[in-house]
Amino acid sequence: MTATAHSIVQASPRAKVFAGAFVILYAVITILPLLWIVATAFKSQSDAIAYPPKVIFQPTLEGFVNLFTVRTRQTPDFIAKLPPPEAWYDKLVRQRDMVIAGPSKVVPRFTNSLIIGFGSTFLAVFLGTLAAYAFSRFRIPLADDLLFFILSTRMMPPVAVAIPIYLMYRHLNLTDTRLGMILLYTAVNVSLAVWLLKGFIDEIPREYEEAALVDGYTRLQALRKVVLPQAVTGIAATAIFCLIFSWNEYAFAVLLTSGEAQTMPPFIPFIIGEGGQDWPAVAAATTLFVIPIVLFTILLRKHLLRGITFGAVRK
Amino acid sequence: MTTITQPDDAAISRIHSPTVSRPAWRTRGLSDQTIAWLFVAPTIALLLAINIFPLIWMIRLSFTSLNLSMSYLPLRVVGLDNFTDILTDEDVWLRLQTTARFVISSVTLQVIVGFGLALLINRQFRGHSFWTTIILLPMMLSPAVVGNFWTLLFQPQIGPFNYLISLLTGVPPSSFSMTGEVALAPWTIVLVDTWMWAPYVMLICLAGLRSIPDYIYEAAEVDRASAWRQFWSITLPMTVPFLMLAVLFRAIENFKMFDMVNLLTSGGPGSTTELVSITLKRAAFEKWRTGYSSALAIILFVTVFGAANIYVKLLNRVKQR
Amino acid sequence: MRKLTTGMKSGRAGGALALFAGVALSAMASQPAAAQSKQLTLCWAAWDPANALVELGKDFTKQSGIEMKYEFVPWTSYADRFLNELNSHGKLCDLIIGDSQWIGGAAENKWYVKLNDFFAKENISMDDFVPATVTGYSQWPKNTANYWALPAMADAVGWTYRKDWFSRPDIQAAFKAKHGRDLEPPKTYDELKQIAEFFQGREIDGKKVYGAYIFTERGSEGITMGITNVLYNYGFNYDNPKKPYQMQGFVNSADAAKGLEFYKELYKCCTAPGLTNAYMQEGLDAFKSGQVAMQMNWFAFFPGLYKDPNVGGDKIGFFVNPAGPKAHFTQLGGQGISVVATSDRKDDALKYIKWFAQPSVQQKWWELGGYSALKAVVEAPGFPKSAPFAPQFLASMAIVKDFWAEPSYAQLLLDMQKRVHDYVVADKGTSQQALDLLVKDWTKVFGEQGKRVAAE
Repeated sequence: MTATAHSIVQASPRAKVFAGAFVILYAVITILPLLWIVATAFKSQSDAIAYPPKVIFQPTLEGFVNLFTVRTRQTPDFIAKLPPPEAWYDKLVRQRDMVIAGPSKVVPRFTNSLIIGFGSTFLAVFLGTLAAYAFSRFRIPLADDLLFFILSTRMMPPVAVAIPIYLMYRHLNLTDTRLGMILLYTAVNVSLAVWLLKGFIDEIPREYEEAALVDGYTRLQALRKVVLPQAVTGIAATAIFCLIFSWNEYAFAVLLTSGEAQTMPPFIPFIIGEGGQDWPAVAAATTLFVIPIVLFTILLRKHLLRGITFGAVRK
Repeated sequence: MTTITQPDDAAISRIHSPTVSRPAWRTRGLSDQTIAWLFVAPTIALLLAINIFPLIWMIRLSFTSLNLSMSYLPLRVVGLDNFTDILTDEDVWLRLQTTARFVISSVTLQVIVGFGLALLINRQFRGHSFWTTIILLPMMLSPAVVGNFWTLLFQPQIGPFNYLISLLTGVPPSSFSMTGEVALAPWTIVLVDTWMWAPYVMLICLAGLRSIPDYIYEAAEVDRASAWRQFWSITLPMTVPFLMLAVLFRAIENFKMFDMVNLLTSGGPGSTTELVSITLKRAAFEKWRTGYSSALAIILFVTVFGAANIYVKLLNRVKQR
Repeated sequence: MRKLTTGMKSGRAGGALALFAGVALSAMASQPAAAQSKQLTLCWAAWDPANALVELGKDFTKQSGIEMKYEFVPWTSYADRFLNELNSHGKLCDLIIGDSQWIGGAAENKWYVKLNDFFAKENISMDDFVPATVTGYSQWPKNTANYWALPAMADAVGWTYRKDWFSRPDIQAAFKAKHGRDLEPPKTYDELKQIAEFFQGREIDGKKVYGAYIFTERGSEGITMGITNVLYNYGFNYDNPKKPYQMQGFVNSADAAKGLEFYKELYKCCTAPGLTNAYMQEGLDAFKSGQVAMQMNWFAFFPGLYKDPNVGGDKIGFFVNPAGPKAHFTQLGGQGISVVATSDRKDDALKYIKWFAQPSVQQKWWELGGYSALKAVVEAPGFPKSAPFAPQFLASMAIVKDFWAEPSYAQLLLDMQKRVHDYVVADKGTSQQALDLLVKDWTKVFGEQGKRVAAE
């Protein structure tokens, strides 16, 4: 059947070209801000705040050096008295009449993001898998209400939830601890995990477990040997979604942590240099912070839709 | 919605040779009921501890005058004073209005842009998968980091956005400030939010579009319905449930919105972009008026919960059509 | 149509799960052990004087063997972060250089250690410090002999100007022609506005420049710290000097409303565009990049500005906050250093304060870029010549006035931030309305605090 010019099902080649052009234009415009920030990470201080904004510039790693170090400004005489700089980053910094005083806090913050992210993800996925399996395979009284309750815990504004949690953590000495943040993020993530995993597990036919049970396996063994291997992609996708949430989360982090357990999102906007925000350093931190997310997006391409709708929509 | 799939031979062969792994002493195994409870209990317990118990505590607090920065003052039970305070405060209503306007404008814009993109991508031009992935990237970023770097992009003197606008329209770049002017700031936050989340709506609409079976369109072709007619009576109605789902999720998220707007405009200029979450944060964590902010938090939660409930019922009715 | 996955993936998944588990368990086990070596953590805002303090602190480490660690936070989140820390009984800070307005809350909530006994034991007398700093940074209740901090950083709002532009013959001639008087640093706000209008939009060295830079920041304290400099001088008072907490007619007098209007006029006519949320750093940027002729900022930054390669040295001049029609004050800044009550290292912290209070250390503090509050340093005969901004600093410290230091200061400040920013930047209502609403806000706050506010 030949495609007519105005058919929606099979678009004509001309329609395809038009559509493509629009979409590509949109994609390019939409990615420009991100590209600008990545470019700023490689600009020098003056280039980053130059007017008119510089599209062509001399790239430098100053932003990254500023991100990872704490520097002090010295007088030129003082610098002349110091031994000549050896490492490339020392040289860069000396050019601006500054001396590296020590490492900045970015690595501990990044580590916190990793630990809190992975910790809460592991717990949420673990608990979520168990609960999802139970909801999927067993008749649990009030199952629909329980599931809605689990979902509704995500409707509260984080600032609102933080008020009593702050008081509670004060009593329990959990403020500004990694354990406290892991527990909190787990509680928030487990709702997502249960909903997503239930959907995945629902799609695994019961016939296999039932066959295994008939053969004498216990429920738990059936779960371990039959269901889990087939749910692995679903579990992995759920894990990555939970990780993304913990990775990007800001409200709880800024209200409940200050030093020890602070993650990257509250840290990045307050990287200051000599005069206000050190934009190349902020851009460098943003770039590094965003790379795992970009990777995850590509990995999760197939499951993205399911993940962002809590499993309500599947292709 | 379970799909029946073809069994994998390897899986079957593994199932039919259990003898190797069965332990010598046969345990009956726990009963199904026990397992069900064991599996669900920890999750429910965690949620009770982190969500419900604090919520109850917060309800108690909302009836008091607790102020954390003046905790030496005796704690007074003030009954419904906090609630009446909030509901009769003109400023709070203004903030709710600002939030409502933000939610409605940004969700509408996202739906228009997202749906439009989905229609275009559905044409399946070459390379559409790659470009779709590119479009999806903004939505995966941390809203706080996004709000922060957009302040650089919107700087009147040094930011590329104003410069670009001046190239296109000839208006001098430093004559307007996207985040600093009363007329522009509310639209700025809508703009950045749409940049981030239009892909979200797009993805959902794509799923909706792809769920429409081809034969319906073919039948319409046979009936010589025009493309516009096809869109209006087939595409749109069948995508509505998906659109409604997208609107529900985006509306809830935008009502809760805090990070991006706080870092982009701090609620300014004045209070023109001060969303209700920002007010709550200031009352609770800068003024330390714990009793008052607990009451506000409860009012907000009841609002969202109630609205979401009504909406979900509506959604279910639409789905069943 | 989903295909069943084979067992091949379970191995990888098992490995991943094990990795997750390992990281999670190590996270929970990795609560940091208590530091055994001697160290103190000092918390302050991140700005030039903090860097100077780091330099100065090396002395202390040499003398006492106690290592100093620092936690510096940008000004815009300084109050937020550290009030949060103090409120949650955090253990991060042993010493804190807290803002002058925190003193009420800190004293009432017992966040700081009361220092009277310590001062008596170590023979540190508050009479040795500039009285305004003792009242402003250390006392609560005000004007009583209860000390909660040692005055550490004396500061006030001052102004810088481009001396090189003011000395250009063509500019001088143009100004004289227009206004009939010589171009010199303004002594009143009317003069300042005139000069600002004169420079607004003028081309100097091929670039367009603007008249003045003033604070407009919304989030923390910026616009309030700027506007009080004008309000005080137009007759604004926080309350009735005879009847504490009576605000009606003092906060919202007709004169105060005029002062508020003046600030808005100055903002609209004579400042650089786009600065709707600007505080200290933006001012430094604007001045250093040659955008403005006059800049309002804290004295704390003046040493750094003087050393700046582009606008420092001979190009920069300083003047005291100009007078208004009714009074001549300037907004007090500065902080005192206190010992945090929840610290485990109070004795070591007190050692630091004892060391810091020594006249020789205070002198070095001034030389490195800090601002000493010790009389022996600032009243020394050589002081006015020791830096080009020293005379203006001395003059300013004699006319300082501070914001509320009540325990509820955060609420009072945030209310004023909102009302003032709404009027000045967001064009809401009239100046009288803004101040009337402010009185209402503040009455409510004091009511909750249990203070009775007389209406008339």
